[in-house]
Amino acid sequence: MDALSLLSYLAFFSVFAGIFAIMALGLNLQWGFTGLFNVGVAGFVAIGAYTSALLTGPEDAARFGGFGLPILVGWLGAMVLAGIAAFIVGVAALRLREDYLAITTFGIAVTIQLVALNATAVTGGPFGIQSIPKPLAGWLGTGLAWNLGYLALVLAMLGAVWWGLERLVASPWGRVLRAIREDEAAAASLGKRASAFRLQSFVMGCMVMGLGGALYAHFVGYIAPEDFLPILTFQIWAMLIVGGSGNNAGAVLGAVLVWAIWTVSGGALREMLPVAEQARGAALQVVLIGALIAVILVVRPRGLLGERATVSRHAAKVSPPPS
Amino acid sequence: MLQLIADGLVVGSVISLGAVGLTLTYSILRFANFGQGEFLTWGAYLAVSALSLTLAVTGAGVMAPIEPFSFGWQLPVAMVASAALTAALALALDWALFARLRRTGSAITLVIASFGAALALRNLLQFLYGTLPEYYTREIQIAIRLVPRDTLGGLRVTPDQMLVLGVTAAAVIGLHLLLTRTTLGRAMRATAQNPALARVAGVDVEGVVRATWVIGAGLAAVAGVMAGLVGQIRPGLGFELLLPLFAAAILGGIGSVWGAVAGGLIVGLAESFSVPLFGAEYRLATAFLVLIAILLLRPRGLFGEKA
Repeated sequence: MDALSLLSYLAFFSVFAGIFAIMALGLNLQWGFTGLFNVGVAGFVAIGAYTSALLTGPEDAARFGGFGLPILVGWLGAMVLAGIAAFIVGVAALRLREDYLAITTFGIAVTIQLVALNATAVTGGPFGIQSIPKPLAGWLGTGLAWNLGYLALVLAMLGAVWWGLERLVASPWGRVLRAIREDEAAAASLGKRASAFRLQSFVMGCMVMGLGGALYAHFVGYIAPEDFLPILTFQIWAMLIVGGSGNNAGAVLGAVLVWAIWTVSGGALREMLPVAEQARGAALQVVLIGALIAVILVVRPRGLLGERATVSRHAAKVSPPPS
Repeated sequence: MLQLIADGLVVGSVISLGAVGLTLTYSILRFANFGQGEFLTWGAYLAVSALSLTLAVTGAGVMAPIEPFSFGWQLPVAMVASAALTAALALALDWALFARLRRTGSAITLVIASFGAALALRNLLQFLYGTLPEYYTREIQIAIRLVPRDTLGGLRVTPDQMLVLGVTAAAVIGLHLLLTRTTLGRAMRATAQNPALARVAGVDVEGVVRATWVIGAGLAAVAGVMAGLVGQIRPGLGFELLLPLFAAAILGGIGSVWGAVAGGLIVGLAESFSVPLFGAEYRLATAFLVLIAILLLRPRGLFGEKA
């Protein structure tokens, strides 16, 4: 492999790692900081991807849209629509037991998959949506330069999401989230409405996932229902658990690591297995990642990085000096 | 009309069987087990293997059907073997994963683990058996016309479909007797209500946990075989039933056996009636609508105990 194709492959790999990291950051807000179990990641990603594709894509006589709007509008629309879907799910499930949210989000992911597959007039059905516009393509072409340009764009978005989430989590709002996660009764006794904070966190996390979906759609240029199967949810969860939930750096590290393990193991299985056995090899790959999640949960439940202990900067002054 | 009701009841009884196991593990082990659907799939496939093994050992080659059903005595034997193996699978999973997490983690960690285990189990099955659909028997059954076509659209049912209803009824009545009349059943209900108190009162909680896995996975295997008997056996069989199972268990109220049965039948009927309204392709989404409706209107379920 010469240097140029290696660079091109690295750019490709990094764009995906960055998009996954954005999705993992959204999940980290929900699970890591608020303790909300979302099994429908793939569904919210799909909403983002399809929304942005429909808003920005060229007009297609065979189906509803595209509207040819600027790509920034598509990304905003992706976040808004994913947020609306999250709001509906959250209102139904969040005031109840915590595992009802898991079941409901699982349900919405299944339903969105069905809509994507069958509502041909909007989503293009099993063939999906083609020729989603690539930002800056008129300027950078479609080769390596564009891949690098898009990588910069993804990294900028990742940085923006990171910065925003770090600010949010460190703010009083973020402290309330962690208080609710640790002891809901104590937080409620201080006058914090747990259900409202949970709903806000859930909606925001899903908006970030929607943005991740839009970034994916515009990078690949083509989306179909099989891009948003439960395996995607599973990958994002693996990233967060391996990296360490409750820590944004952990979520990003986990995204890079798990995506690397995924591509390397996938490549190795493709090399080793004959063509007829490829489908079974792909199944085996999922089994291995599933085992990885289980082992980490048992052996190192805090993940590689884990959550930083947060202690008030005033605590040291108040506590009596050691005698 | 009648046909829709009958089809709904057949699908609903498969859902009921799986949901009864789900509601038991949910109330006693205290977590939503996303692996329950895979127990159905594994039950169906293990019965395929047990069936071909039985046929090979007895040298029968092809099953001679017992009239009026489409299968011979080998299938019930295979079903019992598959239920035992599926229960063993559940116990192994509990030993390797859930028991360790019960000691350290929170309930929601168990849900994540079950989600991961479910994906691993489904893909392992796909790795072992491939993706082509399997059947217990190639025998073609003639549906019996129970109601002529001019009354409410008529009704045709195969003997196998009636058997599914019968097996569900028998299994649920058996489970009801077990829970209400035996020491084990009382211990299970006590653990569901208050594990700490049950332990103090001398209940072997670990034993109850094992019994719960055996019953829940065994019923799931039976449900899987029933689903395979009236349809295709595919790797996605249990996964597609997972949402209906949860909807049925929540609709009936977590912990209520009869609630899960009623919930299963209602979800089955809702699925069946959704087909002429929205088309067959959205059938799977019906369970989601039922779920959202029940969570908004009556989150404790129809027969749920007050918290």
